[in-house]
Amino acid sequence: MKQDKAISLVLLLIALSAISGLALITVFIFKEGLPIILRVGGRDFFLSSDWEPSAGHFGILSMIAGSLAVTAGAMVIGLVFGLGVAIVLTQFCPAGLAAVLKPAIELLAGIPSVVYGFMGVVTLVPLIRTYLGGPGLSVLASSIVLGIMVLPTVTSISIDALQAVPRPYWEGSIALGATQWQTAHMVMLKAARSGIVTAAILGMGRAIGETMAVIMVAGNPLEIPHSILDPVRTLTSNIALEMGYASGQHRQALFATGVTLFVIIMVLNTVALVASRRYARRGGAR
Amino acid sequence: MRAQPKVAVRGFTASFGGKVALRDLSLDVFPRERLAIIGPASSGKTTFLRSLNRLNDLHPAFSHSGQVLLDGKDIYDADMDVVQLRRRVGMVYAVPVPLPWSVYDNLVYGLKLAGIRDRTTLDGRVEAALKSVALWDEVKDRLKEPARNLSGGQQQRLCLARVLVLQPEVLILDEPCSGLDPISTGKVEDALAELKARHSIVLVTNNTKQAARSSDRTAFFLMGELIEVGPTAQLFTRPVQQRTNDYLIGQFG
Amino acid sequence: MTRPSPVALQRVVVVALWSLATMTIGVLLFIIVYILAHGLPHVSWGFLTQSPEYMGRKGGIFPMVVGTVMVAGLAVLVAAPIGVATAIYLTEYTREGRMTAMIRFGADCLAGIPSIVFGLFGFVFFAITLHLGLSVISGALTLALMVLPTVVRTSEEALRAVPSAYREVSYGLGSTRWQMVTHVVLHSALPGISTGVVLSLGRCVSETAVVMLTAGSALRLPHSLFDSSRTLALHFYMLSREGISMPNAYATASVLIIAILALNMLAYWLMRRFVAKVR
Repeated sequence: MKQDKAISLVLLLIALSAISGLALITVFIFKEGLPIILRVGGRDFFLSSDWEPSAGHFGILSMIAGSLAVTAGAMVIGLVFGLGVAIVLTQFCPAGLAAVLKPAIELLAGIPSVVYGFMGVVTLVPLIRTYLGGPGLSVLASSIVLGIMVLPTVTSISIDALQAVPRPYWEGSIALGATQWQTAHMVMLKAARSGIVTAAILGMGRAIGETMAVIMVAGNPLEIPHSILDPVRTLTSNIALEMGYASGQHRQALFATGVTLFVIIMVLNTVALVASRRYARRGGAR
Repeated sequence: MRAQPKVAVRGFTASFGGKVALRDLSLDVFPRERLAIIGPASSGKTTFLRSLNRLNDLHPAFSHSGQVLLDGKDIYDADMDVVQLRRRVGMVYAVPVPLPWSVYDNLVYGLKLAGIRDRTTLDGRVEAALKSVALWDEVKDRLKEPARNLSGGQQQRLCLARVLVLQPEVLILDEPCSGLDPISTGKVEDALAELKARHSIVLVTNNTKQAARSSDRTAFFLMGELIEVGPTAQLFTRPVQQRTNDYLIGQFG
Repeated sequence: MTRPSPVALQRVVVVALWSLATMTIGVLLFIIVYILAHGLPHVSWGFLTQSPEYMGRKGGIFPMVVGTVMVAGLAVLVAAPIGVATAIYLTEYTREGRMTAMIRFGADCLAGIPSIVFGLFGFVFFAITLHLGLSVISGALTLALMVLPTVVRTSEEALRAVPSAYREVSYGLGSTRWQMVTHVVLHSALPGISTGVVLSLGRCVSETAVVMLTAGSALRLPHSLFDSSRTLALHFYMLSREGISMPNAYATASVLIIAILALNMLAYWLMRRFVAKVR
């Protein structure tokens, strides 16, 4: 018994150090970034697109717009294709083939982000420049690259959600004479709603957080994009590009950008948590 | 007239959070007897069993008062070695739970926990335990196979053997034959009939007929209280309490 | 216009969905094949064992391979035991309640924080405040913190997947809590936990933003934990972005992709073993 207590204590200490390490990051980032937001003023920081660190101007609106635009585009692609693949693999695919394809997609998801960015630069950007105009480095290119990167996450979690739907739901619908597609969109997708929403939100989180691939295909100017063919700079790219030579207030402003990202992710995760609870209570396992 | 009780429960009350599961219960278990506990659902039968080997301690909201004496010593005393207690009072659950290992590893796990590592001792105890549940001939060539490969009835007898290798003094079984086919049930009951020569056996069952045919005394629980206890034949034919009679004839349950 | 029959509609939908799926798989395959086709011809034993010359225009990637192994390896070496121990504590030694729910939410949030933010933190905290400079150890510690929440979460899920009946049986046979945890729970959960660890290793190997800011980009072979070092992913990024050498960039990317694919296949194989053990 005494040995058990000692082990319990050791594990507690390890757990506490892990948790405090992670809390340290949170505190540190907020400590470094919050003061400058307060000094510059919330309105000037978030709603001004005037980012000129040398002159002491720290408005990140153009980057916020950039991140939003690129993420929205990525989610359209990620959801359409990701969910589509998930539906195909779970509803319209023989089990043997699905068992091969699902891990294949997850395997392919391991491709490093810099490789995606590189492929975007080498194949996608010239295509956009030639056939659609603009510099090629654009919102469109970023959205497509990000969408492809986010796809495996959306697919994987959606597949899990669809496979978790109890078989009687599916059998009941088929027994009533519905086709597989009718069953899929009227019964299965509804039942797997909460998992799919989670997939979407997690995908969104990953899209917002991606840095290197976006830097390579986005162009990174300091303007709000007006069309999907315009180049764009995201919050994450901004940090990566300027961190190397930033100091003083400039560096603090980059931390403040980090704070912004942190809060966005927290909000997304809270939404995901609330959504999954609500669906679980209302109708997941009716 | 009777020997000293092996297990003496005195004024035992058990609750989970605010909910009382056992109310001021006093009951003896004697050496070399099979005591059956019958009663409708939620009468506290399982709680009673789990109080005998302190498995209820695992529940965060469990609290109790009263005594449970094993050979005269209260098992809830502060200096009681709970780990040792659970070797002396061995439990079999309603659903067979073979651990995801081989038959042999399942059987020797408890012994290894107790620090017994000598191969000859282990083999000897394994064989003896399997023989006492009539499983030796069926599995002696399958000891290295995953325990999951055995049939339901075999798995439950394996779980009984797993407890027997530890040579416990008291066996407590929680509806061990629910879900087993009649032949497997018969084999388990036969094993228990033999085992009573060396152990005290407490058997919870929802099947009154099983209690009638395979126990020496029977206790009737209702809503956390002991209503009546007596020799099985007597309880079933001439119960003293009205409620016992009502339960036995199927008025409720 | 008459409404299409459900069966006809289904045929159209199935074709549309399968096209989506084919396009998806096609794109993913295209990327891998393209890189390998351009890069494998340039990968040789010499390439893997020589040092780079002229900023990477010629020569090999040996220091980068070593750097990647050191940074990613050390990161996982730190994060895995701490993460698994934390998960064990949370699942086996505490009651499910407010505290554990909060910790879980916190871990999920931190798992979602962009890697660049971790890079920020690592740069200012490890490199500057702790005077570790741009080094293998700064990079490794930052990466460790980055993957720690994921290791904790996946380990926790693997531990929870072990049926509670096993735990009761173990107690019933006279085990202490620690014996139950090591003999029964960990034994069953180990493949699942390993999957999480291997996937985290994969993340560390692919990660670029963090190492750029914390481990630096030195081309020399690192001789100690305090030397700066360039990882394969960062090397590839720099070669391609600065146009130094396309063949070498492709070759580096090929090595990187093969390593990641191997790790992911290992993780997948481990996961299958886990499912077999626990079902």
